[in-house]
Amino acid sequence: MNTVYSINGPVVKVRDTKDFSMLEMVYVGNKGLVGEVIGVSDSETTIQVYEPTGGMYPGEPVKGTGAPVSVTLGPGIISNIFDGIERPLKSIAEQMGAFIYEGASMEQLDTKRRWDVTVRVKAGDRVQGGMIYASCPETGVIEHRCLIPPSLSGTVKRTAPNGKYTINDVVCVIDGDDGKEHELTLCQKWPIKTPRPFAERLPNSRPLITGQRIIDTILPIAKGGTAAIPGGFGTGKTMTQHQLAKWCDADIIIYIGCGERGNEMTQVLEEFSGLIDPRTDRPLTDRTVLIANTSNMPVAAREASIYTGVTLAEYYRDMGYHIAIMADSTSRWAEALREISGRLEEMPAEEGFPAYLPSRLAAFYERAGYVKTLSDTEGSVTIIGAVSPQGSDFSEPVTQNTKRFVRCFWALDKSLAYARHYPAINWNDSYSEYSDDLAEYYRANVGKDFLVYRQRIGSLLAAENKLMEIVKLIGADVLPDDQKLTLETARVIRVGFLQQNAYHKDDTYVPLEKQMAMMRAILHLYDQSLEAIQNGALFSSLEASGIFDTLVKMKYEIPNGDMHAFDVLDTRIEQAVRAAVQ
Amino acid sequence: MAIKYKGLSEINGSLIVLDNVEGAAYDEVASIRLSDGTTRTGRIVEIEGRRAVLQVFEGTNGLSLDNTVTGFTGKPLEMPLSEELLGRVFSGAGKPIDGLGDIYAEKFADVNGAPINPVSRSYPRNYINTGISSIDALMTLIRGQKLPIFSGSGLSHNKLAVQIVRQAKLAGDSSGGFAVVFAAMGVKNDVADYFRRSFEESGVLQRVVMFLNLSDDPIIERILTPKCALTAAEYLAFEKNMHILVVMTDMTSYGEALREFSSSKGEIPARKGYPGYLYSDLASLYERAGVIDSAEGSVTQIPILTMPNDDITHPIPDLTGYITEGQIVLDRSLEQKGVYPPVSVLPSLSRLMKDGIGQGYTREDHSDCANQLFAAYARVQDARSLASVIGEDELSATDKAYLEFGRLFEEHFLNQGFDEDRSIDETLDLGWTLLSALPRTALDRVSDEVLDEKYHPEKLREMLAARK
Repeated sequence: MNTVYSINGPVVKVRDTKDFSMLEMVYVGNKGLVGEVIGVSDSETTIQVYEPTGGMYPGEPVKGTGAPVSVTLGPGIISNIFDGIERPLKSIAEQMGAFIYEGASMEQLDTKRRWDVTVRVKAGDRVQGGMIYASCPETGVIEHRCLIPPSLSGTVKRTAPNGKYTINDVVCVIDGDDGKEHELTLCQKWPIKTPRPFAERLPNSRPLITGQRIIDTILPIAKGGTAAIPGGFGTGKTMTQHQLAKWCDADIIIYIGCGERGNEMTQVLEEFSGLIDPRTDRPLTDRTVLIANTSNMPVAAREASIYTGVTLAEYYRDMGYHIAIMADSTSRWAEALREISGRLEEMPAEEGFPAYLPSRLAAFYERAGYVKTLSDTEGSVTIIGAVSPQGSDFSEPVTQNTKRFVRCFWALDKSLAYARHYPAINWNDSYSEYSDDLAEYYRANVGKDFLVYRQRIGSLLAAENKLMEIVKLIGADVLPDDQKLTLETARVIRVGFLQQNAYHKDDTYVPLEKQMAMMRAILHLYDQSLEAIQNGALFSSLEASGIFDTLVKMKYEIPNGDMHAFDVLDTRIEQAVRAAVQ
Repeated sequence: MAIKYKGLSEINGSLIVLDNVEGAAYDEVASIRLSDGTTRTGRIVEIEGRRAVLQVFEGTNGLSLDNTVTGFTGKPLEMPLSEELLGRVFSGAGKPIDGLGDIYAEKFADVNGAPINPVSRSYPRNYINTGISSIDALMTLIRGQKLPIFSGSGLSHNKLAVQIVRQAKLAGDSSGGFAVVFAAMGVKNDVADYFRRSFEESGVLQRVVMFLNLSDDPIIERILTPKCALTAAEYLAFEKNMHILVVMTDMTSYGEALREFSSSKGEIPARKGYPGYLYSDLASLYERAGVIDSAEGSVTQIPILTMPNDDITHPIPDLTGYITEGQIVLDRSLEQKGVYPPVSVLPSLSRLMKDGIGQGYTREDHSDCANQLFAAYARVQDARSLASVIGEDELSATDKAYLEFGRLFEEHFLNQGFDEDRSIDETLDLGWTLLSALPRTALDRVSDEVLDEKYHPEKLREMLAARK
């Protein structure tokens, strides 16, 4: 029997054995703590343990499971809240009370609940990996589709009739091409560090619509894309992720609280169960999975939580859904890597982070994508990762390496946050490489002028940026009137358009149609005013008319969907400008 | 009779190494008897086969390789708990040092605690009224929150902490179950004494549990101080249903003790020599704040830290800010202007505020007032930096109004007496009155209806006349 030799925090070593394989899941000690093999040599095997090791003696047993650390995939995942290795936190609370102690052992999914299953194949059917053999309603909005494991193909031998089954009941038996008989239940296991296969990658040509103006309009993200939200503390990373999780048009949200605050997870739990998804009229929890490994829970499980989340996402992608992953925060995950690496006494690269940090980050973000699945449907996984740069310094290793592997960079800015300008995404430092990929979609579905407007809004902001350098030196009063107009229009764009109030009933989510109408109104005012100024009108009388402030407040005063109000607004703009000329 | 081990094989800083140990567990506590009859306490921090590495709480002064006898207790470090804790003074390792004898324990608990299950937490919503305008209006303290004070050497953070402790009232509740746990880590003797005297003068000493690790006490005890204090706090809150305010000062000394310990263990340093697990370690303390659904009580934390060289990007304030739910930042230039408390409004924040204010908690106009004050004060900074380049005379009328507002805001809103306890109504009314120093069109964060009710420049004139 293999026994514990040394213990140092979450790292446990076993000597003189060849029984374990790399990444194998093991049970350590008398309490059977879950661990993973992370190093094998002829003299010792190194294991990281996902639970606290206090009170463990050398000589306690270590048992291998023969399989890598895996998650159970099956109905019961959606609406649930798990820890980093897919243990349901509600069951832990039932077993242990309000605090989490080590040694909890439980099923990953509810084995008692009976699902209303429709079997989708019949005896004699030819099946191959990725095909749907059964389905059941999982929540009010998600139909769970059980998929033939990717490596399996064969002929259906017999099936169970439609009816109520638990996840461990056999619903279908297959004569495999490998000559063996395979019994399929409603669930299957999948190792978290292995990406699930698909037929082919498709181009990212459809936007993930979020209802957040600065994102949808200026810095769009595609379904199947990747984005990073870096920002110091207090700049609103979590708030931005909450907004995206609430309103983006993905079918399923996987929210990974990786090394973050416990109260934030409680907030998501409470808030999401109270909110109704406007697209489906069901609570948001019906499409949300939470993975909570808060900062004070064991670091090794924090490292696993990211992989657990992305594996669940890929599974639903293979059913033909669009999934958005919110990972808050990937820096904490990188720090978990650093902590484990330090305990292994590996040679550190930058700032103590291991040299393999970039390859791990790349492997994670590359699991995003818009794909054709094995069952010939389309699905996508979008990854939006928060980054918490140490000292708010974007040149630190995690931010820099993340930047290389994402195509959308939403940089949060401290000075905007201090002025309570939310979302505090800095339009000068951020970028999106998806703008061109998505141009066709915007042109066809929103309006042919959308891209023109976006371009003009962008140039006005750039012009303001340049003018501000002069203003900082000599004040705004000495500028010519047309430049004053540029500054004032840019203010309207910043305060009236880019700034968005997450607590306002209309402003929290704005449809693309209204976003476009708002841009048009702002540009209309700019064009009209510029023409008036060129014809000799004074900027001060335009400003005194109050029309700029009317536009700042249009986001509150024009309800979503009332497009007629924008025509009225156009008339008001024209009247105000005409009055100012006289 | 348990086995005892004579002698040591290595001493390094606060760590000792024993060889040929049998049956010792990771994290277990040991007692080390010296040949002069005194006893010290140690804890196993690493085990490799039959070799155990221990940290000695009281330090390794006077230890040699052959003057000790070590025995293991078979238990992690535990803290005796009962309601008798209130009014007592303990060392950093949880031993009574006030000469009143041992605690008659109702139970013992592992000082490391256990993480609260996120599904068992209740989201904190009830605010704590501190009577300090800047905090109540702009960074409201919520029961179950962790809200640190980021300060610098020589600033009035201790005075502010005392004022908060003295004035803190639970809104809508009797203060019957209210108590303070005070943890001093590496603070100077006279600072600890200042806290003790202030608690005594305001008559709260019987409701205070003190854990003192002074700057000349051993660093290993310093690492244990907050753990012991929070164990006591959790017991009082979650088993005795009390509302506990934990004041921990100074977290920078704690972090430095951790760095010293880590480097003597030979660990690979991350930033500025601090260990790679500094974030997880700090989180294991801060995350012990909260409210759980199976108990009435709550643990609210006010950690105080001094930013080395006033640098907010230093690892300790930086990582703290990422874990805590906001921060109260003190500012040296305000202190120099004579403003007390010198709260730097813009970088300060309370994350839990939005759900704990407004109708039913404070007052329905609270968030409008706070948003507008923040936005206006942010503009004041722009106007000031412009004025420093082109001179105040050249500013536009609006910018001049902002300068005036900034001056009034600092003088009348931020500034308040050490004994001045302002109600939330006073604070919010004062905020609206001061905002009336600005032109009405500049108040773009609030709707016209609110302005109709709250915008009264004449009130400001009356107030200023009265204060002259």
